[in-house]
Amino acid sequence: MSELSIINISIIILLLPLVSFILLIFFGKKFPKLYLAGTGIVFVALALSIAVTFGMLTSYSGETLSLSFTWIDFGNVPSIGPLSIELGFEINNVTALMLFVVNLISALVHLYSIEYMRGDIRYTRYFAYLGIFTFSMLGIVITNNLLMMYIFWELVGLSSYLLIGFWFEKDSASDAGKKAFLVNRVGDIGMWIGILILFTHYKTFTFSTIFEQISLGNLPFDSASALTTAGILIFLGAVGKSAQFPLHVWLPDAMEGPTPVSALIHAATMVAAGVYLLVKIFVILTADAMLVIAVVGGVTAFVAATIALTQNDIKKVLAYSTVSQLGYMVLAVGVGAYAFAFFHLVTHAFFKACLFLGSGSVIHAMHHEQDIRFMGGLRKKMPLTYYTFLISTLAISGVPLFSGFLSKDGILAGTLAFGSLTGHWLLPIIGFTVAAMTAFYMFRLVIKTFHGEPRDKEKFAHAHESKWVMTAPLAVLSLLSIFIFYTPNPLSADAGWFLDKWVSTPQTVVPAEASFDFMQSGMDKHEIGLAQESGIVHSVQYTEAMHHAHYPAMFLSLILAGLGILIAFIFYQWKKVDLEKLTGKLNSLYKFSLNKWYIDEFYHATFIGGTLKSADVLSWFDYYIIDGIVNASASVTQFVSRLSGWFDNFVVDGLVNFTALFSGFIGLSFRRLQTGKVQTYIVFVVFAVLLLLLFFRPF
Amino acid sequence: MIGFPILTLITFLPIVGMIIILAMPKDKSIWIKYIALAATALQVVLAVILLGNYDYSAGGIFQAESFQFIEKFRWIEITGLSWLGTLKVDYFLGIDGLSMPMVLLTALISFIATISSWNINKSVKGYFALFLLLDTGMMGVFVALNLFLFYVFWELMLLPMYFLIGIWGGPRKEYAAIKFFIYTLFGSIFILIVMIGLYFSATEVIAGGERVFTFNMLALMDQANYNVDGILSPFNPHNLRFIAYIALFVGFAIKIPMFPFHTWLPDAHVEAPTPISVILAGVLLKMGTYGILRISYPIFPDITRDLMWYIALFGMINIIYGALVALAQKDFKKLIAYSSVSHMGYVLLGMASLTSTGINGAIFQMFNHGTITAMLFLIVGVLYDRSHTRGLNDFGGLATQMPAYTGFVTVAFFAALGLPSLSGFISEALVFIGAFGVESIRVLTIISMLGILLGAAYMLWTLQRIFFGKLNEKWAQLTDIDAREYVMFIPLTVIIIFLGIYPSAMLDIMSTSVNTLVEFVINGANNISISGL
Repeated sequence: MSELSIINISIIILLLPLVSFILLIFFGKKFPKLYLAGTGIVFVALALSIAVTFGMLTSYSGETLSLSFTWIDFGNVPSIGPLSIELGFEINNVTALMLFVVNLISALVHLYSIEYMRGDIRYTRYFAYLGIFTFSMLGIVITNNLLMMYIFWELVGLSSYLLIGFWFEKDSASDAGKKAFLVNRVGDIGMWIGILILFTHYKTFTFSTIFEQISLGNLPFDSASALTTAGILIFLGAVGKSAQFPLHVWLPDAMEGPTPVSALIHAATMVAAGVYLLVKIFVILTADAMLVIAVVGGVTAFVAATIALTQNDIKKVLAYSTVSQLGYMVLAVGVGAYAFAFFHLVTHAFFKACLFLGSGSVIHAMHHEQDIRFMGGLRKKMPLTYYTFLISTLAISGVPLFSGFLSKDGILAGTLAFGSLTGHWLLPIIGFTVAAMTAFYMFRLVIKTFHGEPRDKEKFAHAHESKWVMTAPLAVLSLLSIFIFYTPNPLSADAGWFLDKWVSTPQTVVPAEASFDFMQSGMDKHEIGLAQESGIVHSVQYTEAMHHAHYPAMFLSLILAGLGILIAFIFYQWKKVDLEKLTGKLNSLYKFSLNKWYIDEFYHATFIGGTLKSADVLSWFDYYIIDGIVNASASVTQFVSRLSGWFDNFVVDGLVNFTALFSGFIGLSFRRLQTGKVQTYIVFVVFAVLLLLLFFRPF
Repeated sequence: MIGFPILTLITFLPIVGMIIILAMPKDKSIWIKYIALAATALQVVLAVILLGNYDYSAGGIFQAESFQFIEKFRWIEITGLSWLGTLKVDYFLGIDGLSMPMVLLTALISFIATISSWNINKSVKGYFALFLLLDTGMMGVFVALNLFLFYVFWELMLLPMYFLIGIWGGPRKEYAAIKFFIYTLFGSIFILIVMIGLYFSATEVIAGGERVFTFNMLALMDQANYNVDGILSPFNPHNLRFIAYIALFVGFAIKIPMFPFHTWLPDAHVEAPTPISVILAGVLLKMGTYGILRISYPIFPDITRDLMWYIALFGMINIIYGALVALAQKDFKKLIAYSSVSHMGYVLLGMASLTSTGINGAIFQMFNHGTITAMLFLIVGVLYDRSHTRGLNDFGGLATQMPAYTGFVTVAFFAALGLPSLSGFISEALVFIGAFGVESIRVLTIISMLGILLGAAYMLWTLQRIFFGKLNEKWAQLTDIDAREYVMFIPLTVIIIFLGIYPSAMLDIMSTSVNTLVEFVINGANNISISGL
């Protein structure tokens, strides 16, 4: 395949799900069978993406193929010069792998949904939404610039909103959709400001141009702290989308959506977009930004794991586990374990999608029962679901031979290396604690759902294994949780093809004084250029620290995972501990975990309540004060005009009338003189003449 | 260039329609409607012809020669007025990148509003006669290049608006109509005073070499034309330019409407019949911001630059305040009205940046707000026609009852909350790009960004309250939209999506003029400060 054909095919892959969306949204009602076409289209996209990934990894490994076009041309802008906004696409190894992952899971979820959603009143609409989601997600994957990233980022938010609230007749579903969109917007505002910092300085959104400028020492606003700020703000977008603390609250609620959607969007792909974003901008993260990211990731992993320990809804457990695992990935980026962050993204996508689809299979069989307290014993009824679920659980718990072990182990080694190099030892401690908790709550889930005796006999009696369209995706995904797809050595991924050949850490472009010493490769520009060709650009120091940390991390994580699994068996399988008593003793801690740290309650009391209250106050202010002033000035004008009306009536006109009246009075009084008798007039005339003569005295 | 006076035609075509309607018998109401439809449809055709012949590289703004479709001849001429000399007013029309989008918007919205007026049954003749008169007034404002003529059109559109609200409005129509009328008139007086002040401050050379006072906007933009002792002359050390700017700004701000002059808007909207709300929000509000860009900016570049921060501040207040007050509303139409206050804030913010990106964003936002909010008011109207209530809490579950309607509503709501791929996003994004780039207003810009969160909050909450949840049995008889309503919604939806994906279709029209404007304002401000005043 030529370079151009790889890009062109990628664009076709991007557009195919959009075609599916348009077909289904406009013609779905008339042709209800069209959902099959939609599913077919996504499978075509999958086939093409396999071709692209293969072509990329074999022929262009390590290269970046890109294509740009001008979207908006502002012409010759005063004080800047020619300004335009370019959009475009770029494909590299990470992109190609991501294309494959997204298309694979999307295709499997399409297939699975055919059965799972059967009979729904908006059946074709559902497939339309899956189409627009896949389109938006692929857009995030193959963009070469921040603006398009943001555009598709928000479109993903839209499709997530539509799918979470798919059963909008339920208030809880429409609430959850709204919450997801709004919480994500909080993060998006931060991301947008971060993007604007970069655009304002570089006048471009294109990744490669920005990176190149920074590597030349041209920092935004000429300050490293602005670069740190930009990095952290863009990371805020990931905090929203990848459900990091403190914006993680939307993801558990998002479980209101249909379960295949949870698998596709809220476990495997969309929530991983945040991590993908961090992978994309990894090279511009300064030391401070990385530390912030690591801490947020670590806190998220820990908080979510503590909550997952006590949840009883099968999907809620998986949701918090997702949050926790995303925390791991973010933590990995923060400590510089770039390749393992992406590796964990991929392995997690497969096993978590499998877990969600498995839970969907259970929920389907149990007639929409989601509470694990009413499950149990399903192993016998649903063997395929059970074994695939178990494989994925082994993977997420970090048991050797499975993918999750490899990727998580790398992350833990990364935190250890980071701890030894910077002294931030709390991060590895959190990392290992979470590993133990993960193994515990996942096995708690498996045991309560599939082992022991059924607790709801009636529902159990009706339960049955799902049809092949549902179990086939489970089989494929659980298969992909086995180590052999990533590396020949089941205990270490370092020498495998995934990490060694496909994904390697890129050299940071941040100036040395603003980045961790160990992130610098110690090579000069020329050497970096050569090294990039061969795909190994990393600091020797960090690589060595990672290497040293590898075995300790592995043993420690094995012990902790084993411990977690063992406790789960003691508690739930063998029932050696009276749980009633234990929760009674730890009541406040138990409640704290069960109620999710009361974070939702806190937000309700502060941000949401505060906003609504201030809205009410301002509305009152608007009506009574601002408009009050307007109306009052109208009233004053009215009053003044009444007053002047009165004045006009009684004073001005009064004067006029008075004059008239006065003249009338005078007239009346003098009327008597007008007698009409000639002799009287003659007397008046004579008197007048005499008076005149008296006055003027002419003689 | 076109061989006929197309701008006169597009402006006065509605008046021709009005005259025909007035000559018709009262009872032919369906014919009256068709004539109005024909007039506005022809206007759309003319607007498309304009666009087809439009020169994208012409700047306009201050150079008469780069305006397009110019028509100029003496309209009023009174000679020998003692100390005044000659009073002359030109009939001067022309368009550039500032007005072209507005002309397109006016034609489009008038046409849609006519379709939306189809179910008006109360004194149809009077309604459509006034409606068409209003149309002429609006179009005239956007094509006039003479201040006097501009003012005539500006006032011309007031009167029909007053009656359209006052006669065909809701329960409190008299109050709303008089409030609208007096408030706007109050603003017009300021504009009038400044206009007269400008007239006596500058002269223009007319044929024969004589210098006479002038209302010509382009002449008023040229600082060389000002008399040293004119009260609004930059060369007069005791000039009143600052006060005049504020007065002019207030006059325009009332129309936008800018906080704290906005309270006529919710009343007018709530009482006005649907098509009039559409016109009001779709076109009328833009006259305020258009006036500022067309008149205040190039004529007072110095004051504009000095007051940038304050304009941005008011933009921010509009955005946040409007959104918060919208969030508290329980009446659908009032909520949309306050969302307009919020969205017009983006226009102010973009303008305040005095950058090409920001002002492109502002004008684009004017256009997009026109189409999106028009659609929102149509949406309210559709629901009100059927249910006779606008209470947000009276509904629920309409999504299953009226699926096609819900589809259009979803597009319009998401456009209003600035979803990428719909037109509203591009303009908001450009506004932010422009405003963020200016250091002095960066903090205000960042605060303004909360508007996109609040906007999403009230829009999604409204969507939820009306369309989601269980269907209220009371509304089980509501019918989905009919063919006529499809005809109103489809063009707007297509434009909203098209411009969201391919914004250059609109931005290319304006960008040359915007660059010219920005350069002109910056240079003008610099010139005045260099000359030491």
